[in-house]
Amino acid sequence: MILVLLILIPLLTGILSFTIKGDGAKALALISSILTMAVSAYVSGANFTAPITFNQPWIPLLGTQFSLAADGMSSMLCLLTGIVVMVVMIVNVNKDVEKPGSFYGFLLLSQAGLMGVFLAYDALVFYVFWELALIPVYFLCSRWGGEKRIAVTFKFFVYTFVGSLMLLAGLIYLSMQTPGLTSYAWNDITRAGAALPLEKQQWLFWLIFIAFAIKMPIFPFHTWQPDTYEQSPTPVTIILSALMVKMGLFAVLRWLLPVLPAGVAYWSDTVIIMAVIGIVYASLIAVVQTDLKRLIAYSSIAHMGLMAAVAFTHSAVGMHGIMVQMFNHGINITGMWVMVSMIENRWGTRDMTKLGGMAGATPKMAIALVVISLANIALPLTNGFIGEFMLFNGLFAGHMAIMVVAGLGVILGAVYTLNMIQKVAYGEVAPMVSSKDMSANEFVGVAIIIILIIFLGVYPKPLLDLTSGIAGLIVK
Amino acid sequence: MKAIIATTVFGVIMMFAGILVNNKKSIAALAALLFIALLGVNIFDLVNSPASPELFFNNMLRVEHSSLWFNTLMTGCTLLYVFLMGKEIQKVGTHVAEYFALIFFILCGLYMLTTYNNMLMLFLGIEILSIPQYILAGSDKRNLKSSEASLKYLLMGAFSTGILLMGITLLYGASRTFNIVDMAAMLHSDALNPLALAGILFIMIALSFKVSAAPMHMWTPDVYDGSPTAFTAFMATVVKAGAFFAFLRLFQVSFNALSEHWVIVLSVITAATLLVGNVTAVFQQSVKRMLAYSSIAQAGFMLFAVLAVNMYSISGIILYGVAYSVATIGVFSVLIKLKDYTYDGFNGLARKEPLLAFVTAIFLFSLAGIPLTGGFMAKYYVLLAVVKQGQLMWLVIFALLMAAISVYYYFRVIIAMYFKQGNPELTAPVTAGDKLMLVVTCLLVLLLGIFPQLILNM
Repeated sequence: MILVLLILIPLLTGILSFTIKGDGAKALALISSILTMAVSAYVSGANFTAPITFNQPWIPLLGTQFSLAADGMSSMLCLLTGIVVMVVMIVNVNKDVEKPGSFYGFLLLSQAGLMGVFLAYDALVFYVFWELALIPVYFLCSRWGGEKRIAVTFKFFVYTFVGSLMLLAGLIYLSMQTPGLTSYAWNDITRAGAALPLEKQQWLFWLIFIAFAIKMPIFPFHTWQPDTYEQSPTPVTIILSALMVKMGLFAVLRWLLPVLPAGVAYWSDTVIIMAVIGIVYASLIAVVQTDLKRLIAYSSIAHMGLMAAVAFTHSAVGMHGIMVQMFNHGINITGMWVMVSMIENRWGTRDMTKLGGMAGATPKMAIALVVISLANIALPLTNGFIGEFMLFNGLFAGHMAIMVVAGLGVILGAVYTLNMIQKVAYGEVAPMVSSKDMSANEFVGVAIIIILIIFLGVYPKPLLDLTSGIAGLIVK
Repeated sequence: MKAIIATTVFGVIMMFAGILVNNKKSIAALAALLFIALLGVNIFDLVNSPASPELFFNNMLRVEHSSLWFNTLMTGCTLLYVFLMGKEIQKVGTHVAEYFALIFFILCGLYMLTTYNNMLMLFLGIEILSIPQYILAGSDKRNLKSSEASLKYLLMGAFSTGILLMGITLLYGASRTFNIVDMAAMLHSDALNPLALAGILFIMIALSFKVSAAPMHMWTPDVYDGSPTAFTAFMATVVKAGAFFAFLRLFQVSFNALSEHWVIVLSVITAATLLVGNVTAVFQQSVKRMLAYSSIAQAGFMLFAVLAVNMYSISGIILYGVAYSVATIGVFSVLIKLKDYTYDGFNGLARKEPLLAFVTAIFLFSLAGIPLTGGFMAKYYVLLAVVKQGQLMWLVIFALLMAAISVYYYFRVIIAMYFKQGNPELTAPVTAGDKLMLVVTCLLVLLLGIFPQLILNM
């Protein structure tokens, strides 16, 4: 029942929010997000003993159940969703948007969709939430985004929709292979998929994988991403980059690796090479960006590429690293976006060349930016380090050459991030940079992120414990 | 099968009402009452139907439970249509009573098409279904486009009926019977008569005309666009679903054993329908015309159920027919309230009439096949049927790519309503009653998406 709460709280408050005019919606969203966060924290804590499940018949005729389960990976991602949405709400307390009722309503609905994706233990339920998470984001970007928002969001929507439909065909095909008429339960789907002969798994792999590859996004399916991140309002960019891209990776771990093991083994080298091309390519482009949003968008492609590559290496340490890194990347990228939105709100530009001297003008913001950026390049004692270390460890075992190339991404990451810090935080105070430092709510939001960065950097054990069981299971 | 008699009697009553009553409103109220009564008769038939099929009228009709269930649902959709469009039907012309009478006669044809046991009844059903439509298409007689639609529809319809008769004759030559069950016994792969194959092909072409499948779809855009919107909504939904049921019935009962011979032809027709419908819809500037092409595209999906000829087919057609009809009637009932039928006519609707925009968005989601709407479950279910069939995975993937294209033209309406500025002009103020009916329709769409078993558990 508690798992249903994770979906119901944002869903109901989201619907309620549409009926509220004015700033009441903001308060409602904040309260709702804190509640959801608390429930997800409870679920993650309770998970140390046994996974929580929830089952309710949905369409018995089609063999589908409304079935949810929270193992280590699911509860970790739910916790991440809870934290990130809460931080978004906290940071936005003093910001004004047009039509707050609808804006926060859609944000909460997308949270409900995300929770559903992470918890679903039935393929059809998973698919339904997978699509539903997209609709609110479509409206958010198209309504509140930047100048080119309508065309860009539409491209994003069509891209992901094509992928989803392929996924649907794949899932229907798999459900047909289950014993009995059709079944969508995770257990039945994995058993049926694994029993298929290699040549069937080979093409089925792409049918299912393309949806996930577009979402992550993996090169060459990434072209929607930088534009969409740039055009979206920042709260939505955070939802997209911290949480929605995790949907893709999560789906690979839950609905692809165990389902089509032979197909995965057959295509893993191809995918790893695609992912590594993406890492280097995105990092190189990031180096020459001057727009902060685009820079972070490309750095995110690089980070996701590394995780995606490791997902296909069949290494237990690597798998564990992905779990840890999914969480940490979510936290760090949220921090990055929050900083960018503060900069843009204050000084009206995201162009690095026009910024400078934050350290003098707004020291608190400068410190936060430096800490979060260092976490983003995985400096030891920040949370990014342990995950990245495990990821490279995973690659090291069988893919030495790949590891070396992927390592290039880390070096380039340091180049563009340090360059960015230098241009934005240091140097002479640029004319448009005023000395308006963080407000109280922004301070709270950023503090939550920095505390998590340092705490998990020094003592990552809780996160490692939470996800260790499931990481081993997937590799098996 | 009391419904088939009831609907005829009700049709006649309506015609007399046209002479006796002069007030349009009372005629519409009477019609609404008779439609409710007709739904009641259908439910009565459904509840009292025995477990095994019943034969009527010297074996001319064979009534199965699924036929009755489909009849009931389609009558329900018609009732919904009358409630949503009643006022608009009154505006079309002076002969309001006749319009309602013709709709009753169309339903009579539909009931025959869902229960026919004999080729002659198939032919009669198609004619009874079609002829009232020719009149309805031309009912706005001072409008040139409406007359053009009527004439075009009549000529094309007559032509396809000729082909249908030709097919029936050839099949009779091959099987020496008009009875569709006996025919199945006579047609089997060993000892195959080429006449039979030619007959099947002719019938397939004729029925493709009726359901507007490519390349026999040419009449559809002009007829749907030219006819008064109030009647387009009915022709594109309930009537089309009925024709599909007849299509499936014949191919499932009589030609199932020969499916290896016709599946390839029908799959090409399906692919062409999906391609033409979706790609052409993209280029339309008028939403009404877009909906005409979208009805072709949706027909492509419904053809899946015919292609699959398995246990999922009948329930697939029923679910698809209902989900598609409800959503399309909903979109049309919003469209008809606008003065300008182009996409620009929808600009800024969300600001002016938030509720109207919201329900339209839900209807369009359903047509595009977004989860939790009836359209998703329907698409899913016919895909299930064809994946089960096993041979046509290429067609499934092709259809899904086409479904992705459909998002483009459906979402253009949503973009216009929500993200563009404008001040759409309405033909009349939206009353509380209109809003209530639209909300009910919207809830039905969602209900079908969440609990499709309401329809599937017959």
